[in-house]
Amino acid sequence: MLTLSVLLPLLAAIALALLPRIGDRMARLLAVVFTALPMVLLLAVWMTDPPSGGFAAQFEAPWIPSLGIAWRVGVDGMSLALALMSALIFLAAAAWPMQIARARAYYAWILFLTGVSLGLFVTLDLVIFYVFFDLSLVGMYFLIGRWGHGDAQHAALKFFVYTLAGSLLILIAIIVLALSMPELTFDMRAIIAAPPLAALADGGTVVPGLVLLALVVGFGIKTPLFPLHTWLPPAHVNAPGPASAILAGVLLKMGTYGLVRLGLQMMPETFARWAFWIALLALASILWGAIVAYAQPNLKRRIAYTSVNHMGYTVLGIAVAGSAAGTETARALALTGAVVEMIAHGLITGALFLVAGVFWKRTQDYEIAHYGGLAEEAPRLAMMATLAAFASLGLPGLAGFVAELHIFLGAFAVYPWVAAAGLLGLLITAALFLQLLRAVFFGPRPAEGGVARFADLDRTEMAILSALLALVVLIGIWPLWLLELIDAATILAAPGGGG
Amino acid sequence: MQGMSDMPLGDLAPELAVLLGAVGVLLLAMLLPQRHHRLCAPITILVLASATALALSQAGAERFTFSGTFRLDAATTWGRVMVLGLTALCVAMTPAWMEDDRRHGEFYSMMLLSALGAMAMIGAADLMQMLMGALLSSVTGYVLAAYHRDWEISLEAGMKYFLLGALANALMVFGAILVMGLGGSTDYQQLSNAFPTEPLALVGLACVVFGLFFKLGAVPGHAWVPDVAEGAPLPAAAFLTVVPKIAGAIALARLVALVPAEAMPLSALVATVAALTMTWGNLSAMWQEDLRRLLGWSSVSQTGYALMAVAVLGRAPDAWAALIAFMGVYGLANIACFAVVAHLRGRTELAGWAGIGRQHPLAVSILALGFLSLVGIPPLAGFLGKFALFKVALDGGMAWLALLAVANTVLSLFYYLRVLGPAVMGTPEKSAATLGRANLWIGALAAVGVVLLLPWAWQDLWRALSGG
Repeated sequence: MLTLSVLLPLLAAIALALLPRIGDRMARLLAVVFTALPMVLLLAVWMTDPPSGGFAAQFEAPWIPSLGIAWRVGVDGMSLALALMSALIFLAAAAWPMQIARARAYYAWILFLTGVSLGLFVTLDLVIFYVFFDLSLVGMYFLIGRWGHGDAQHAALKFFVYTLAGSLLILIAIIVLALSMPELTFDMRAIIAAPPLAALADGGTVVPGLVLLALVVGFGIKTPLFPLHTWLPPAHVNAPGPASAILAGVLLKMGTYGLVRLGLQMMPETFARWAFWIALLALASILWGAIVAYAQPNLKRRIAYTSVNHMGYTVLGIAVAGSAAGTETARALALTGAVVEMIAHGLITGALFLVAGVFWKRTQDYEIAHYGGLAEEAPRLAMMATLAAFASLGLPGLAGFVAELHIFLGAFAVYPWVAAAGLLGLLITAALFLQLLRAVFFGPRPAEGGVARFADLDRTEMAILSALLALVVLIGIWPLWLLELIDAATILAAPGGGG
Repeated sequence: MQGMSDMPLGDLAPELAVLLGAVGVLLLAMLLPQRHHRLCAPITILVLASATALALSQAGAERFTFSGTFRLDAATTWGRVMVLGLTALCVAMTPAWMEDDRRHGEFYSMMLLSALGAMAMIGAADLMQMLMGALLSSVTGYVLAAYHRDWEISLEAGMKYFLLGALANALMVFGAILVMGLGGSTDYQQLSNAFPTEPLALVGLACVVFGLFFKLGAVPGHAWVPDVAEGAPLPAAAFLTVVPKIAGAIALARLVALVPAEAMPLSALVATVAALTMTWGNLSAMWQEDLRRLLGWSSVSQTGYALMAVAVLGRAPDAWAALIAFMGVYGLANIACFAVVAHLRGRTELAGWAGIGRQHPLAVSILALGFLSLVGIPPLAGFLGKFALFKVALDGGMAWLALLAVANTVLSLFYYLRVLGPAVMGTPEKSAATLGRANLWIGALAAVGVVLLLPWAWQDLWRALSGG
């Protein structure tokens, strides 16, 4: 079933790309259907075969047995939750009303990205993982480069070059991991069960350290972590709204997901040794992202930098979880928080970028200063944006709070000073979102040069945003189902996990 | 050793087929009026196909033939098949390119003879025999490189190829004589039993090895590669950067396997040359403003990678398989890239590639696949080939060389992206002329091989190669 959820959108993408007779409306309809189908399949997996303490719904087809490469799929709580969230974001992106040129190709790329992103989360083979990691890059490159605005091509190229360079480091790390197994294999389960580089204890710590460095840099670029984040703002600003939602909601998660799967689970001892430094890096991202976001006069840039900030929380959670210090409970708390933050950030920032898309569609203007008092003209938009902004700044009762609470509870038990400094980030984020809401929706209109007329959300836009935000509220007030699904303790308790 | 009557012609059936084909095509080209010369192409491909069939019918053989001068084994079989198949792709590129050339038909004959030289080198189990193959491959190579007689750059390429080749081949002959004089034989079987250890014989051996480095385009015999890639007619450029290299690699590997490590540390020499070649090739490719020269330098660096397998021969059980697999994968990807360049009428200025992706998306996709396979990005065949090389280098205890190759791989991504980035994103100045569809299809065919066929069938191919 997992295989099918990867193949269906890919096949649909090929069909869309090759059949010239499909009209724009039909293309969008197909995209909606073929992003909804994988979600149904994933839900079915959750209902019938929920992951409990291992990988569920496993399937394996041989490819190159002599090299230990095969098509392997399977999900644990973390990857199933991420795949489900991704499928939802893709569905939202496909359904989001757009007036664009070459719609058929656009929806084909969206479907392509759906397939490769889901593939990345459900695969259990490192080579396939790498292939999907790179293909996601290609898909996003074309979405930004072709349908973006402003200096889209330059932004797309920057994005591509940064992440491709990072992915090459990941490839090298993957090869070293596979080669240092007693028997050559790219099977994630085997490597997690017996982390190979720990056995090198007599061989010193240089090689494992370098491999981890390659992973941190490679995934850090994608996440993005300070100071590797500079590709992110231009890519976001110039991308079309739904593409931004995918980029922030799904693609950034590949970095943190990889950090947990490859970094934390496959080389726990080395990760524990360097956990503190990774936590510091996360702290830098939290603070830098928040401060720089506050200084942005451009709506979309501001949201983009809050992504740096939020992914910083996630990485902080991962670092705490992977540290050998602190109690088991604290580390499990932090990892739970990190995964919930990935889900919550996906939903919230996805919604925020769609809101930003609303602005571009109506006025082609992201300048915060050009707006004011929109709550009167567009009350529905104001409501949705306010809800999303509150969720993003971590208001209790919304998903962001659940995530950040877990992360900081765990972090205070392990790295109290880092956690304390990280709290500053929360404060700044709150300020910057409140300031944004006041300026755009509730404050006075600018005296001159402002935007005159503004249409409220239409019915489709309203429905999509409500669906995303309803889930945010649901996770906020009743997170138990999600926490049970993620089941972070088993990720840490897996043989070799948690140092 | 058997007597002189030991001449089972059937063992050389593929070579004989190519020879007869070359003569036949030559006669045909003399009889036909120029405008019908393109007829020679399908006939040449037919010749190559039947030779391939004959070569495959000998798969699994493991013996010496023709009084021990020719060896039939897995390396010979696969080397022959690769040479024949890749030559066929180059032949298919030719009609569109050579259409207006007065000597269009003879070109095919030259290619066949050059392929024959390569095949003779591949099977050679005797220094003299290897030498003859190398000379035949070289002499025809010079002609192919300088085929555009009225174009200075082509002439320069041929001249450079010829001068370097003359030096290398003369050294090789000189070396072979020294080895023969001191060892009493040129037969590999006899030499392997008692390799002469006199310093003079080792000098001779070094001379022979240097000659093979030239065929391979490895440092220090590499200087002809970028010039030939730039100046030779495109089908010849594709041919010369692939086929003689395959022959050179296999011939060198046979020689290295022959010499006992205590007589001369050949593997250390080969490892050093591998390191120098991959690094120098990459560094030189970095800032090329000419795509064809860039491809030439990239081909130099790929030779460096291939030499890793030769360096660990005898220490890593899969070294032979890795060498052959990598050469085949490299050849296919390289020909895919050259076919795209040929399709765009040899467009070679890097600046001229800006925005080509808009007008010719298929062509640029093929080029991208070819490049990415040369880098070694999974799941393309290039990854599998390179991975095999890294693995044997590690198995053979040359981790430093594998590390250097990894570093070089990272580096190489830069210059390939320097071409692809603007090609996809730039704005085209004016519409680019093409050369019919034929070359595009060849590129597509090679790309499909790199993307689908080889990765798909890798397990079986590998088993056949490693004899397991």
